[in-house]
Amino acid sequence: MRSAKYKTEPLKCWQKAKEIRENYYKNYAKAHEKGGIRWAGGAWSFDAIPAGLGDDVYPITSEPYGASVAWNKEFALECQEAVERAGYARDLCSYMRNYWGSVMLNKYVFGGEFPTPDFIWQDHICCSHAKWYQVVKDIEKKEIPFFCIDVSVGPYEQINEHKLNYVVMQMHDGIEWLEKIARRKYDDEKLIQAVYNHCRSTSLWAEVCALNKMIPAPLDEKTMYSLYVLGTLQKSSKVVADFYQELRDEVKDRVERGIAAVGNERCRVMTDTQPPWAFLKIFRYLEKYGCVSVGSLYTFGLIGMWDVQEDGTWGPRRTPQENGIEIKTRDQALRTLADWELKKPEWQHFYYPHLKSEMMIRIAKEWKLNGIMLHYNRGCEGLSLGIAENRIALIKAGFPVMSFEGNMGDEREFDETRTIARIDAFMETLGFERLE
Amino acid sequence: MFEKFKEWQENRHEYAKEWKRKTGGKVIGYFCTYVPEEILYAADILPIRILGSHEPQDLTEPHIFGMFCPFCRDCLAQGLQGRYDYLDGITIAQSCLHIRQAFTSWQMHVPVEYSYYLPMPHHVQSARAYPYLTEELKLFKKSIEEWTGKTLRNEDLDKGIKIMNENRRLLGKLYELRKEKNPGVTGLEAMYAVISSQLTDKREHSRMLEEALNKIYERKEKNSNLLRLMILGSEDDDTEFMKMVESLGAIFVIDDHCTGTRYFWNEVIPDEDRLASIAARYIDRPPCPSKDWPERRRVPHILNLAKEYDVQGAIIVQQKFCDPHELDIPAITKTLKENNIPSLFLEFDVTVPLGQFKTRVEAFLEILREEDLWS
Ligand code: SF4
Ligand code: SF4
Repeated sequence: MRSAKYKTEPLKCWQKAKEIRENYYKNYAKAHEKGGIRWAGGAWSFDAIPAGLGDDVYPITSEPYGASVAWNKEFALECQEAVERAGYARDLCSYMRNYWGSVMLNKYVFGGEFPTPDFIWQDHICCSHAKWYQVVKDIEKKEIPFFCIDVSVGPYEQINEHKLNYVVMQMHDGIEWLEKIARRKYDDEKLIQAVYNHCRSTSLWAEVCALNKMIPAPLDEKTMYSLYVLGTLQKSSKVVADFYQELRDEVKDRVERGIAAVGNERCRVMTDTQPPWAFLKIFRYLEKYGCVSVGSLYTFGLIGMWDVQEDGTWGPRRTPQENGIEIKTRDQALRTLADWELKKPEWQHFYYPHLKSEMMIRIAKEWKLNGIMLHYNRGCEGLSLGIAENRIALIKAGFPVMSFEGNMGDEREFDETRTIARIDAFMETLGFERLE
Repeated sequence: MFEKFKEWQENRHEYAKEWKRKTGGKVIGYFCTYVPEEILYAADILPIRILGSHEPQDLTEPHIFGMFCPFCRDCLAQGLQGRYDYLDGITIAQSCLHIRQAFTSWQMHVPVEYSYYLPMPHHVQSARAYPYLTEELKLFKKSIEEWTGKTLRNEDLDKGIKIMNENRRLLGKLYELRKEKNPGVTGLEAMYAVISSQLTDKREHSRMLEEALNKIYERKEKNSNLLRLMILGSEDDDTEFMKMVESLGAIFVIDDHCTGTRYFWNEVIPDEDRLASIAARYIDRPPCPSKDWPERRRVPHILNLAKEYDVQGAIIVQQKFCDPHELDIPAITKTLKENNIPSLFLEFDVTVPLGQFKTRVEAFLEILREEDLWS
């Protein structure tokens, strides 16, 4: 191999990210030992709200859990087969099937029995969100209280008072419900702090992703997966917000020193939707061409909150604190949280594919991409929604697009050889040869 | 007497074009039965449901990823083929993810004068859904007013409510007859009646329905000694399938379909605030699975229907890849089983393998007959 063009260096905070993740799953499992509460919900749940029940309340979010199962190929297959035996269709969300399978087999992917949650706290925009836990209730042996907030009020550009109210009033109902089922008094101060943390985490993550506009990119997407995941676990926690601050500082420093994620970077691409988790080696394969995936709307916009900056480019959304807003009441906290989250980039395409296409085209331009790799992901109906229209729009905007089919959580639907062949053909179209 | 309904169903485009010629009015195509047609009738617009044609096609491949249901792709194909070129507008009320892609791709590739996405709430079990949808209906009404240049007064809304309610009531009467020991109407006929109501001017449809009802009361040949079946599941307008099953000594007496009971089951209960009463009707209607949470209300509802209509077995159909129904079917099957109602599950596509399905249905009916013998 030719000598690298740029210097590379491992991330210093890597180990810390790993520890936060490990502790998270351990804390959830052991919550009862310390007299605490554990709850389950989606990666998009408003986790700042149950935080008002106390500091000993531990969540587990279902999609990252489903992804963790996918990493363990044998166990994932066991889960999927258990779910199919129970009569559930094979084409349903693969995270959901991995999660259900784990519940059915009563095996926690991190060891031991599956720790049943004390309650379920979910939100709903994808058709599978609320239904996911309805089925969990069907398959769990005991009755689990379940609350779910509908956030599908239309795209943020159409937001108005009554749409916001619909979400906020459900949140208020949710707090009353939480008090009742947890038999605890709700602490608004803890909610307010959690909302601050939530905004801080998600704005900081966007800032980290924005730093990847630089050439060479300080991070590659494969690394980003291990970092953004913390935001999908518990974005309202101080630990996560502080970590993202540390990460931002480190990535900034990498940019200043010209440290690259891929030493031979000469071609920049982005992907779309969750990757086939069991096959992240396709990213390593790209490196053979000096190609780095600098992210995706998925890695940027699932957790990151963005705004158009003064110069017209995309950058982190200013947090309430940065705007000098002091949250004083429960209602204000909930309104701030709802308004903040409804702008999530990954929620906009649920209504119109063109909103996603526009964001993708923006990324393609500002992050200086040579091409785009679209994962037609059979495992996720939510994020694959409108993907074919995105493809047409990207091509129209002048960006070369390669698409490949797969499944984020069910490896039976990913053809590695075929995908590699497609990558070869794509790189050839873009005019790159293998470096070795 | 059901010939007219069949004719309307088969010649839907001719009907709508003729309606336009006659009235000079606008026609809107809608993609989901949560669209409040009351408001459209109030504005003298003809709402017609966009359905597929059950013909294989590959036109939609560049627009909708193949993991989405064949029904939504079949619907979009109709637009791309120009079969709905007479439409003045399109609209959708938010339901499942799949069908909204047919709507958004249509918006982008099949030019129409007007289009509207109504963000119908999903949390219909929450009291918060009522004021929210009422406000959304205000926006929808305003948008229709701007498009047509006509202000919708209470009298207009009352007209819309009356047209819709009357049709619902008549369809209800038709379904009432299906409870009888020897129902005067087959499942196929009932399907023609409901689907055609989604494709025609409800006023004309209601008159025809009244006539049909009067004739049914006089019908000589009744459907006796037939196995009583229920059909339920994903979108289904497959009349060929209904005909095939009913040729085997069985009769469908009830359904849980959006081309059946889910469409017309409840009425608007008129109130001073017209939009609030329309909103309540759609929130309280028998839900589509994507809106049936956190409680499972469809399951007891289906069981009630099965009991009220004295069904002996159920056929559960699912459009391939239809996630919302896939998420409900195991719970439904389990409950039916616990209540001694055997069921047969079939996966539907744009075209169904009638021969293969016939063998399976025959075997299923055989089991039901044996059970009948022993009960
Ligand atoms: S299908 Fe995708 S968006 Fe929907 S619940 Fe599963 S992972 Fe989430
Ligand atoms: S409910 Fe099912 S059949 Fe109906 S449009 Fe959605 S996915 Fe297709």
